[in-house]
Amino acid sequence: MELLDNLALGFSTALLIQNVLYCFVGVLLGTAVGVLPGIGPTATVAMLLPITFSFEPVTALIMLAGIYYGAQYGGSTTAILINLPGESSAAVTALDGHEMARQGRAGAALAAAAVGSFVAGTVATVVLAVAAPPLARVALTFGPAEYFSLVLFGLIVSITLARGAPLKALAMIALGVLFGTVGQDLYTGTPRFVFGQRELYGGIDFVSVAVGMFGVAEILRNLENEHTRTAIVGKVRNLWPTREDRRRIVGPILRGTGLGSALGVLPGGGHVLASFTSYAVEKRISKRPQEFGRGAIEGVAGPESANNAAAQTSFIPLLTLGLPAHPVMALMVGAFIVHGITPGPNVITEEPALFWGLIASMWIGNVLLVLLNLPLIGIWVRMLRIPYQVLFPMIILFAAIGTYSLEFNAFDVYAIVFFGILGYILIKCGCEPAPLLLGFVLGPLLEENLRRALIISRGDASVFVTRPISAVLLAVAVAALVITVLPAIRRRRETVFTEEE
Amino acid sequence: MERRRSLPDVLAGGIFVLIGGAFVVGALGYELGTPLRMGPGAFPMLVGATVAALGLAIVLKGLVAGEVIPFGPIPWRAVAVIVLALVFFGFTVRGLGFVPASAVTALLTTLASSRVRPLTAVAVAAGLTAAGTLIFVVGLQLRIPLLGPWLGF
Repeated sequence: MELLDNLALGFSTALLIQNVLYCFVGVLLGTAVGVLPGIGPTATVAMLLPITFSFEPVTALIMLAGIYYGAQYGGSTTAILINLPGESSAAVTALDGHEMARQGRAGAALAAAAVGSFVAGTVATVVLAVAAPPLARVALTFGPAEYFSLVLFGLIVSITLARGAPLKALAMIALGVLFGTVGQDLYTGTPRFVFGQRELYGGIDFVSVAVGMFGVAEILRNLENEHTRTAIVGKVRNLWPTREDRRRIVGPILRGTGLGSALGVLPGGGHVLASFTSYAVEKRISKRPQEFGRGAIEGVAGPESANNAAAQTSFIPLLTLGLPAHPVMALMVGAFIVHGITPGPNVITEEPALFWGLIASMWIGNVLLVLLNLPLIGIWVRMLRIPYQVLFPMIILFAAIGTYSLEFNAFDVYAIVFFGILGYILIKCGCEPAPLLLGFVLGPLLEENLRRALIISRGDASVFVTRPISAVLLAVAVAALVITVLPAIRRRRETVFTEEE
Repeated sequence: MERRRSLPDVLAGGIFVLIGGAFVVGALGYELGTPLRMGPGAFPMLVGATVAALGLAIVLKGLVAGEVIPFGPIPWRAVAVIVLALVFFGFTVRGLGFVPASAVTALLTTLASSRVRPLTAVAVAAGLTAAGTLIFVVGLQLRIPLLGPWLGF
């Protein structure tokens, strides 16, 4: 069994003492930022990225991945206990989870979420291990034309899943791609848009963009209305679900895991979509739909399994195609590159220990999360009492130090200011920051492959539609775009017409 | 959601048009090349024009049937103080050294909250500076002098 050999290699890497340690640090930090409102995994990973540069590549990636899925986990704890989803995907969990907490069944809800997440994490890790190698083999046959279409496809599909106005999301992606062109041109070495500043020749650092858009802008949003958080949390008792509960959560966990594993592969916000879909499915097939919203344990177990499964399988496009599905993954692309590894189909053959070690570490991380969360739930609840007045100066200072330490370049710190202010204004105007970051990271890839494909085809642009894989990807992208934009236009026109009547 | 003329839409669209347009103008200064060998200006020109066009569409849509988004207050004090703190850090970290630059940055940042008491601000700034020094300089061996040449070191 090749798979078993690979997993054995993975576990022998992931179980090295420093890897287990940093996996633990990762999920611990992830849970913490998932619990704390006002700081998310993207800003955290961006701040900690410079720290991980001194680690072994596999250790660095294990820790960063741990922050990502740990945050998915932590977000559900606050959603259940105080109706405050720390992460967008936990918003659904708050519906029934918090209702259960108010009925004194917080323990059962937390246990259902933990067990569901663990089962989903385990299954999704296996899915990842099975699905990734064949996909990577397919991706190896891709030429520049296919890669260009694939990146474009990924960017466009990511907006169809995002919330908010599709037109704005599209503009944010394009803006991100545009900022990605700053710096020396890859082919000719011409410095572009650098205003004569040597410091800008290497381009804008993606850590500055991420810290600005997700850290500074978010802090400014939170400082708009300062109010003291009043977290009144009762004692959590009876963690073990009753026999009735156990019977009721089996189905939702399995269905949620399946849904999440499938939807997580989609670029952009797959985990949010997965938890919403799972909730809708459970409500539809339940014999007691009237209980949903009033503390149905199925409404916690299903979505929690779905979002955790999706968090794991969203590593598939990253590891096999080099396509990030989430802003955190976009930062991990940066981490790969800093360590001299190009994320994509070659990772699995050139760095098998890293590839399988990362996958195995996810399972270990899930075990650690269960151990961390159920017995230590009281500590996490107490963390909510940390006042924001301590938290946000910490984020700003550590962001400044971390970004500066990347290249000892003061321009990287000024770039945080620029992207913080720009992000704040755009977010206030209803634009989501995630598409910009994805566009920024993928932009150079888009340009490189476009130019290379055209060189190979001797300047013939039809290469993108005559090569079958490329043509299919572009066709699906166009279809997705039309489906997203059209209903919005139609609905808007209807509103306009009704107003005129 | 109610849909009508929307100032945030027009503002957002305007920003896209401005930045996209600026990049297009900038790209004109670089070689455009041919489709076979695209010059350094071609791709930014293409994307810049796309951003500007999308921005224009957002402006137009905002004038006719925009999203009504509650704009909310702007925390001017926080904006000013955080910008100042970050620029100060970037400007002085080499000259003043790690500890003074961090301390001033942290202290300035705490003032972004309108509710902070002076004593709390000083305590938080001191704590964060100590934590930052321990983590980055002692723990991670960051090569920034603790006290810089401007202070005579």
